[in-house]
Amino acid sequence: MPDAAIELVGVNKWFDTFHVLKDINLTVNSGEKVVICGPSGSGKSTVVRCISRLEKHQKGTIRIDGVELTDDARIGSEVGMVFQQFNLFPHLTVLENLTLGPIKARGLSRKEAEDKARHYLERVHIPEQAEKRPIQLSGGQQQRVAIARSLCMEPRVLLFDEPTSALDPEMISEVLEVMAELAHEGMTMVVVTHEMGFARKVADKMIFMDAGEIVEEGRPEHFFTNPKSERCRKFLSQILQH
Amino acid sequence: MIKILLIASLVLLVGCSSSQNWGWYVIDPRTASGWTNVKFLISGMGATIQISLIAAVMSIVIGLLVALPGLSEKRGWRYLNRVYVEFIRAIPLLPMLFWVFYGLPIVFQSMGMSIPIDPFWGAIITLAISDSAFTAEIYRAGIQSIARGQREAAQTIGLNYVQTMRYVILPQAIRRILPPLANQFIYIVKMSAFASVIGMQELTRRANELVVTEYRPLEIYTLLVFEYLILVLIISAGVRWLERRMGADERG
Repeated sequence: MPDAAIELVGVNKWFDTFHVLKDINLTVNSGEKVVICGPSGSGKSTVVRCISRLEKHQKGTIRIDGVELTDDARIGSEVGMVFQQFNLFPHLTVLENLTLGPIKARGLSRKEAEDKARHYLERVHIPEQAEKRPIQLSGGQQQRVAIARSLCMEPRVLLFDEPTSALDPEMISEVLEVMAELAHEGMTMVVVTHEMGFARKVADKMIFMDAGEIVEEGRPEHFFTNPKSERCRKFLSQILQH
Repeated sequence: MIKILLIASLVLLVGCSSSQNWGWYVIDPRTASGWTNVKFLISGMGATIQISLIAAVMSIVIGLLVALPGLSEKRGWRYLNRVYVEFIRAIPLLPMLFWVFYGLPIVFQSMGMSIPIDPFWGAIITLAISDSAFTAEIYRAGIQSIARGQREAAQTIGLNYVQTMRYVILPQAIRRILPPLANQFIYIVKMSAFASVIGMQELTRRANELVVTEYRPLEIYTLLVFEYLILVLIISAGVRWLERRMGADERG
């Protein structure tokens, strides 16, 4: 499968004796958008954290572009990650947040890195905030800066771990819009979210996880209208009520 | 700062004003002998400052090097950190000073090296090592107080461990670390008085020597106390200035 951007084969993970991931098999093709949902504690965040190497899996194989992740492999630059809490660097300006990785990890000159940073700030629609500190921005703007920071590393795939869960309701749509635009441009994305409207619109594949397992996966049109498992049906009825 | 000095002097003078035992002539700068004595006492200031400064800088560096393994995920590294901290901070300063000054040269000798340790470097090494256990704990607390997400974000934009520390964690931690580090610096200045015991010609040693010849311990030690008070007040003012500057920087 030469086109698989991300491949998980029989991935297992334990936190001490707690079995968080049980035999996860998942393939994300290049350009594909996968949305993972599920109740809290189902292991959905752990899946993306394993792919981004923030957590180590103990059994099974994870490949990015066919290259297996081992214990000491440094990826970081291949896989971008957007966090629930933004995790911007508060002591740096927006521009410095964006150029730190390209300059230090990629060896770009300051000029090149700043050009790139301004380009991606433009893409997330906040070019005018470059000189500000993260704390001076709204939550939605901070999350868009975080997305731009990931894009500056020009990652092969972009992972989102509940990117709108920490936002006030009126800011959610501006972040989802940026994500939808990225999806449209062909970025390979894995998104953990409860935003089912976004999922319906953008996802190529839906995944429902519960208790560390992938319970159900399928195209959104089938997934939302005709879920096969009882657990998935119950979960969807609960979150779609709102 | 001036206020603190004034109040301290007033308390002393009022407390002793009814007594006939003061003999300020011994350090009266208006008389030739008094002036000579004052100059003699103050001349120890340079050594006290040098010892304290060099020891503080060394302690700040050693402390960081000791703190980092304490933050490791690997148990072996953390264990090294614990052993160092628990062992070093359990040793009182004076015994450690004796061990370094009288004992360490013998250790060197038995290893075939002849490295003499003079009172100046003996005091500095002792103060730096002794203090580093405390600065290590300060660093550890400060670095741990930076949210874990910061480190994770740094990792996902490709920064390695050293870059993450240098560009992301330490610049944020330093604002929280600075006040307790300043405390340790003041502590070092005061503990440098022990260097007098191994013959270092610093403030306390000078005072002791003058007391032996002039028999005026009350006046001379009073001046000595004020010398340390002034040093510490200057450090406090400097640290407050530094904190203000960094605070302003944080708000951008």
